[in-house]
Amino acid sequence: MSTTKPEAPTALPPVKRRNAELVLVLITIFIMMSAVATAGLNLNNQVPGAMWGYGLIFGALALATHVALRFIAPYADPLILPCALFLNGIGVAMIWRLDAAKSGDIEHAGIGMQLVWTAVGMVLCIALLFFLKEPRILQRYTYLSALAAIVLIALPMIPGLGISEFGARRWIGIGPFTMQPSEFAKIALVIFLSSYLVTKRQVLSLAAKSIKVGRFKILDLPRARDFMPMVVGWVAAIGLLVITKDLGSSLLLFGTFLAMLYVATQRSSWVFIGLTVFIGAATAAMYIFWHFRQRVDIWFHAFDQEVYDRLGGSMQLVQGIVGMAYGGLFGTGFGGGQAHKIFASDSDFIFASLAEDLGLTGLMTILIVIFLLVQRGMRIALASRELFVKMLASGIAFVMCFQVFVVLGGLTRIIPLTGMTTPFLAAGGSALMASWLMVGLLLRMSDNARRPAPQAIQDEGATQVIRR
Amino acid sequence: MNTPIRRLSVFSMILFGALMAQLTWIQGFQAEAIRDHSLNTRQYSERLTEMRGPIVVGGENVAYSENIAAEDDPARYQRVYEGGPLYTPVVGSFRSYGADGIEKSENALLDGTDDRLAVRNFRDVITGREPEGARVELTIDPAVQQAGYEGFEQLGMNGAAVAIDPSSGAILGSVSYPSFDANEVVSIEEITDAVANFDTLAADEDQPLLNRALRERYPPGSTFKVVTAAAAMEHLDAGPDSTMDAPDTLELGHPLPNATPGGTCNGGDPDTLAHSIQISCNTSMANWAIEMGGQALADQAEAFGFHPQVTEDEMQVPLPVIPSYAPVEEDRNILGRAGIGQSNVEATPLQMAMVAGGVANSGEVMHPYMVDSVRDSDRTVVTQTTPEVYSQAMSASTASDLTDMMVRVTGPDGSGTNGAIQGMDVAGKTGTAETGGEQGTHNWFIGFAPADDPQVAVAVVIEHGGGSGGELAAPIARNMMEAVVL
Repeated sequence: MSTTKPEAPTALPPVKRRNAELVLVLITIFIMMSAVATAGLNLNNQVPGAMWGYGLIFGALALATHVALRFIAPYADPLILPCALFLNGIGVAMIWRLDAAKSGDIEHAGIGMQLVWTAVGMVLCIALLFFLKEPRILQRYTYLSALAAIVLIALPMIPGLGISEFGARRWIGIGPFTMQPSEFAKIALVIFLSSYLVTKRQVLSLAAKSIKVGRFKILDLPRARDFMPMVVGWVAAIGLLVITKDLGSSLLLFGTFLAMLYVATQRSSWVFIGLTVFIGAATAAMYIFWHFRQRVDIWFHAFDQEVYDRLGGSMQLVQGIVGMAYGGLFGTGFGGGQAHKIFASDSDFIFASLAEDLGLTGLMTILIVIFLLVQRGMRIALASRELFVKMLASGIAFVMCFQVFVVLGGLTRIIPLTGMTTPFLAAGGSALMASWLMVGLLLRMSDNARRPAPQAIQDEGATQVIRR
Repeated sequence: MNTPIRRLSVFSMILFGALMAQLTWIQGFQAEAIRDHSLNTRQYSERLTEMRGPIVVGGENVAYSENIAAEDDPARYQRVYEGGPLYTPVVGSFRSYGADGIEKSENALLDGTDDRLAVRNFRDVITGREPEGARVELTIDPAVQQAGYEGFEQLGMNGAAVAIDPSSGAILGSVSYPSFDANEVVSIEEITDAVANFDTLAADEDQPLLNRALRERYPPGSTFKVVTAAAAMEHLDAGPDSTMDAPDTLELGHPLPNATPGGTCNGGDPDTLAHSIQISCNTSMANWAIEMGGQALADQAEAFGFHPQVTEDEMQVPLPVIPSYAPVEEDRNILGRAGIGQSNVEATPLQMAMVAGGVANSGEVMHPYMVDSVRDSDRTVVTQTTPEVYSQAMSASTASDLTDMMVRVTGPDGSGTNGAIQGMDVAGKTGTAETGGEQGTHNWFIGFAPADDPQVAVAVVIEHGGGSGGELAAPIARNMMEAVVL
């Protein structure tokens, strides 16, 4: 009598590979220290003291996280942590270098807030791994996570708490800190959509009518009565867009919604309908609101003198693109560029700073590492057995991917520029904490997916004793 | 559920592919074009720590860099300009937030990044010398420039004047009024003040930032009759004594009157070409244009440098010059008015100086230029401009006949006696252009001297002077020519 189910062809081998992870972690620490050292040499002709301070703290944090993984998630995917650390380390080094160049004081540059947030993020990640042994528990909190997402998104709109800056309302102030609650909202939203869509997927994938051209089926239209979730999602996204004027978050959340709806139902018609109504609404918003018209002008006519000279015009975008152009193929070297002169060079424009200092080659490397992280997430989704976990893993992977696309696509004029942080790289506590929480979820799910199936240690009689 | 997850994962790959392709386009293929774009302010602001080469007029530095850093501090260079507002339209200004004039067009040479200076720079690196930008020496003659600028200052009216050497095309003077002192907008110590001053100038109704000599078009009025007369001789085999109907008014949609005293050219009888130029007869010249047809007139104008169609092409001298227009007119009424430099004909002052220069140089129009030579910090020549022929606008005999007619303009009974210089013959042509609005007419004078051995050709325009070309523009033109020939 066999106790194991037949292995799905997508299952991952139950190997730990923790030592491989250790080697990669050491390499990321080395890369981070070299980045700080190079920046110091370029800015001040000497290896900065910060290299040792930063190297020691970052190294200790990284190794501690690695060791924690050995105990609480030994089968976790060994690539995820090094990828996250690589991006986090490059971000910390870049922010230090920008601070140093801005203040001109190499030795006392940057109080290292980014490093503090890194520590907080890692602790959150470990805590999540420690307390959440079974991701499917989250499925119980379907409507609680929906409520959390709504509250987090709505927080900046509360007068007195919300802070409106640079044409978008996406911050809240708590004492001396500012937070971007939408960073956490996207995690809550992915959890909600995963559990909600898993239960409703059968209904939502029912087709009412097929649209055909000749013999070829183009689209299966859903039943009219099933449109409610789509309507709610669309109204929420557009409401968010209009009230907070935060095109980036609206695009990110609605894109995630469509992607997860597609994964749950496998109906491309939902994506088609969703995109049509979103683009329609966004186009209407462009005609109604000056703010969006400005964005579109900046997108299409960034290099027009008139748009450039406008208040809140394309100057920042042009400066970013010019920085990229100066970076060229191989970059100006860490600390060699002029990126620190651009507004928000350490947050929304950190990709432009990286592109200038590291060039096309360096930015490609960073993109490949992010892509690797995304693909590991997708792989975990394939390897997992529970539908909820599949949805959650692919949802989180897609959020990371799409966020990078929205940010970098805006900087390179593929889509309109919107203010948004970059996972792991950009300065800011909320973004970093949210990123580490997402990595925590991925690590937990990969640990569960790769762990060997429970083995019977005693196989007599009706009762089986198994070890987990 | 695995199929849609796989597709989503392929979709994320496409998103990353799009990002990588776009980055490759920007950083790989477009990088150089973006760095050279005029909105890239870095090409100016990054140069504060480098010794920029001077701009030289008549052997004197009119723009140079001065180290203002305290001793032992790293060098910081402040750009300094001589001559107040005199040279600003030509030399321009080099600001931490942008540049124009020669400072912009010759930027790569001045800051030393031009490829032609690569060997020199390499030698400086080897020998440990501080690298310096190249010296740019201009063709501008300070006396001519001064004469033109002071003329406008005394008159107190806006306008522009250009003087060229007709045999080479070298620009001897390029005046635009009003102008401003470039030192007001270039301080690197008080950048906020500098930017505020620049913004004030940009908002000024009199447009001191506009280089009227090269970047403003005016209807040329009667000065364009030189082009019409050239076309009549080239295309209709006319001579100075050929006659044409010259009624006191000519019906061209609205009646076109003659401006000459009494409103008559030859008592209403047909007038000779020579006399029509001398007294600036409108009706006969309009009839000449109608007789030859729109194509002939436009072809002749094009040979002088005008364009028949709207174009983005800007001549580089090396400052960019906006195109002047003389379209092919089909309608008789419009064509008649085009023959006297009205309707759709528009010219920059430089263009009209090229017309005068073409007549002066036996019909050969020379390509105008402002940079005589570029030398490196050791005064070794990097580039030396060699004069180039722009076009052969007419035969030498036509040019000679035209010269004789234009000499009569500054002679007794001519319309431009104020352009005459004692002791020599001066060729000239006046112009008073209707502007169609409430404001006064534009007043022109073009000419060259001496008529038998031309050394300087000029074009002067007074913007909305409201007088006549002979009265307002000719004295400035004369002073500029005298600065060369006396």
